[in-house]
Amino acid sequence: MGVSIANHDSSAALVQTIAEAAEKGRALQMTGSGSKAFYGRQATGDPIEVSPHCGVINYEPRELVIKVRAGTPMSQLEALLASEGQMLPFEPPHFGPNATLGGTIASGLSGPRRPYAGSARDFVLGTTLINGLGQRLRFGGEVMKNVAGYDLSRLMVGAMGTLGLLLDVSMKVLPLPEIECTLVQELSEAKAILLMNQLAGMALPLSAASYDGLKLYLRLSGSEPGVTAARSQLGGDLLEEDNAFWQKIREHQHSFFNTDKPLWRLSIAPAAPPLALPGKQLIDWGGAQRWLISDQIPAATVQQAAEAQGGHAQLFRGGDRLGVVNQPLSADLMLIHQQLKQAFDPKGILNPGRLYPEF
Amino acid sequence: MSEPSLSMDKPALIRALQRVLPERLIIHEDEALRPYECDGLSAYRQVPLLVVLPENSEQVQQVMQCCHQRGVPVVARGAATGLSGGALPLADGVLMSLAKLNKILDIDPLNRTARVQPGVRNLAISQAVEAQGLYYAPDPSSQIACTIGGNVAENSGGVHCLKYGLTVHNVLELKVVTASGELVVFGAAALDAPGYDLLALMIGSEGMLGIVVEVLVKLLPTPQRAQVLLAAFDDVSKAANAVGDVIAAGVIPAGLEMMDGMAIRAAEDFVHAGYPVDAEAMLLCELDGANDEVSAQLAKVRQQLLDSGATEVRTAKNEEERALFWKGRKSAFPAVGRISPDYYCMDGTVPRKRLAEVLLETSRLSEHFQLPVANVFHAGDGNLHPLILYDANKPGELKRAEDLGAAILELCVKVGGTITGEHGVGHEKIHQMCVQFSAAELTQFHAVKHAFDPLGLLNPGKAIPQPRRCSEYKSLGSETLTPPSARGV
Repeated sequence: MGVSIANHDSSAALVQTIAEAAEKGRALQMTGSGSKAFYGRQATGDPIEVSPHCGVINYEPRELVIKVRAGTPMSQLEALLASEGQMLPFEPPHFGPNATLGGTIASGLSGPRRPYAGSARDFVLGTTLINGLGQRLRFGGEVMKNVAGYDLSRLMVGAMGTLGLLLDVSMKVLPLPEIECTLVQELSEAKAILLMNQLAGMALPLSAASYDGLKLYLRLSGSEPGVTAARSQLGGDLLEEDNAFWQKIREHQHSFFNTDKPLWRLSIAPAAPPLALPGKQLIDWGGAQRWLISDQIPAATVQQAAEAQGGHAQLFRGGDRLGVVNQPLSADLMLIHQQLKQAFDPKGILNPGRLYPEF
Repeated sequence: MSEPSLSMDKPALIRALQRVLPERLIIHEDEALRPYECDGLSAYRQVPLLVVLPENSEQVQQVMQCCHQRGVPVVARGAATGLSGGALPLADGVLMSLAKLNKILDIDPLNRTARVQPGVRNLAISQAVEAQGLYYAPDPSSQIACTIGGNVAENSGGVHCLKYGLTVHNVLELKVVTASGELVVFGAAALDAPGYDLLALMIGSEGMLGIVVEVLVKLLPTPQRAQVLLAAFDDVSKAANAVGDVIAAGVIPAGLEMMDGMAIRAAEDFVHAGYPVDAEAMLLCELDGANDEVSAQLAKVRQQLLDSGATEVRTAKNEEERALFWKGRKSAFPAVGRISPDYYCMDGTVPRKRLAEVLLETSRLSEHFQLPVANVFHAGDGNLHPLILYDANKPGELKRAEDLGAAILELCVKVGGTITGEHGVGHEKIHQMCVQFSAAELTQFHAVKHAFDPLGLLNPGKAIPQPRRCSEYKSLGSETLTPPSARGV
């Protein structure tokens, strides 16, 4: 396949480390390449390295399924898929050259294609994990449909390693689109949001929609006849080097993100009108994800603004990583979270505090 | 089925429920309870202690609070079209029908969502948003009758899953009443929510973690054009392998369904869809998208099917014929029901590449147990629906059908698949869970259940077996349940 990926099973050592830590009640913080150390709350505990546990366990392009160990570098994984004309449809951001699959799934991040193709959790079919008692458990599988038992694989996505250490993940993959192109037009923010949502309700091969404060960028992906037909229907100027543009949006390398100020992520109903908040904003996910750079705004103000539009806010980067990072949960939901944590990690040793200060 | 426990004071429970529900919403007379004794899997029956039919979420909360105080178990039920006995009542439990929570509360075309109550029928959602050019994607065969609440409980699929996903991919938010009667919200009107993905956990949890009282579904734009190809094969294995060939050609069909000879002939007799009655197998392949795109894909897939050994490939001549092709597929279960006094529908999923050998082995098992099996299923997803034909009036046939079903499911696990793709474990497949999961994994499931429902009141005894029961089943199964032909596959 022309892509070589190191192959090493260190699960036995990981199981042993966690079992010993559970016995001693010693906290562990999981690390891969450290590319997402900025994200979530700052964890405590002794590091447990997952990167050595790497390699592709099973990949058969015809099955549209790949099963990969958590320490596998994303760049190599995506190169392998591309060599077979396939991709991870949720377009995950790496945020670093050596980002691993485990960190990508544990943080549950998805890129520009997310509203149209689905999220990281949507493509997870199964996982093997180690819970906080040091037990190796397998949930889900490598088939497209599976409702045997609770969906504990998808529960791991975005749990920030607080419920278990991911050993491997099976994912659904899809063919790369035959062609892609990006159309640009200048619009007001309100009109851009309206148009993005109107178009998403029409039968068009839309695969990304972003607004930078001046221009609306619409990406089309699919078969050549489908994209060509949509392009003539939509109008607008063709963006040169559009791959580079979306890569920059995905990886936060776009000039908008070039700042030392706190970066907020507001996940809200896509058609929500422009948000009147101090600072500057960039819209992605067809309106469903609003990035806000602002250093003078209280957390409660951002959270209330997001909640008013059916969503939540998250201090994505910068600011105080020991303070409030994720939107506070209602008392009932917090109780369910704490009981779930108890169900997987009764000693509270896995990435304590990484998601919420309470557990 | 269990007898009511002696401690259960039925009159006292009725009096307590009468304080929170109008009299007409409580059913407790024996004759009136009878219609609630089973779901779509009618081989298993149990009359519930009583039935409640709440009309709003406050009443659901009050009933749950009432039952929680008294330690009374509750089984939730939608339209009872489920095929795994998931809504099988308990002799000492309340059956809660959500059929009266049947309103579409809001349609938001710009955000492409609909907010509905759990008793709304699956197809009614698509019908309500048709004028806006939108639809709700998951379409189980029972979509005329089944409700969205039941779809959430089972993570239902349908014929369009491969391209458009399951219920879990098409629901944004749930309002849920917990075992103790609290109202909580999982998910959001946004694309994600803070904290754990409780939405994903709730979907497919078979009514064991909470009772869904409101669902915010995602709507998709109706494709510009949909077209269906019908391919006939003189050999089941060729058809099974063609499924992988189409996908390997880089096409993701909107639907890719397979029927074997027996299912073809039963369906043809029933709806006269123009199916090739002398074929051994048939594929229905739906392609959708922009007009030109569909034309290009039709040509590609037609050629691929011929290359894979199809004896005939037909394109539906018009929308009417397309609907007819699908009608035959969607009525295949009742069609098979016409040729046999009873049938038992299984639901394993296997990797696509193993389809041919699993079908072959299934026919061997069919001979071994001396019961015919018809196959009609979601081939694109590798999701098998073997229909075992039997006669419940003949002594021993039901037991033989169950044993054959168990052997087929264990075969699915053996080739790397699962015992249930979309129907759920329910009451029916609880033993096969022991084959698919280790004791530690089952214990983890129980711990999750405990986190939501510490008293174990929601649909107890379904879906997740006790590890101790598994050791009993396994020691039994190795001697009597697994026939020689199912070993070493």
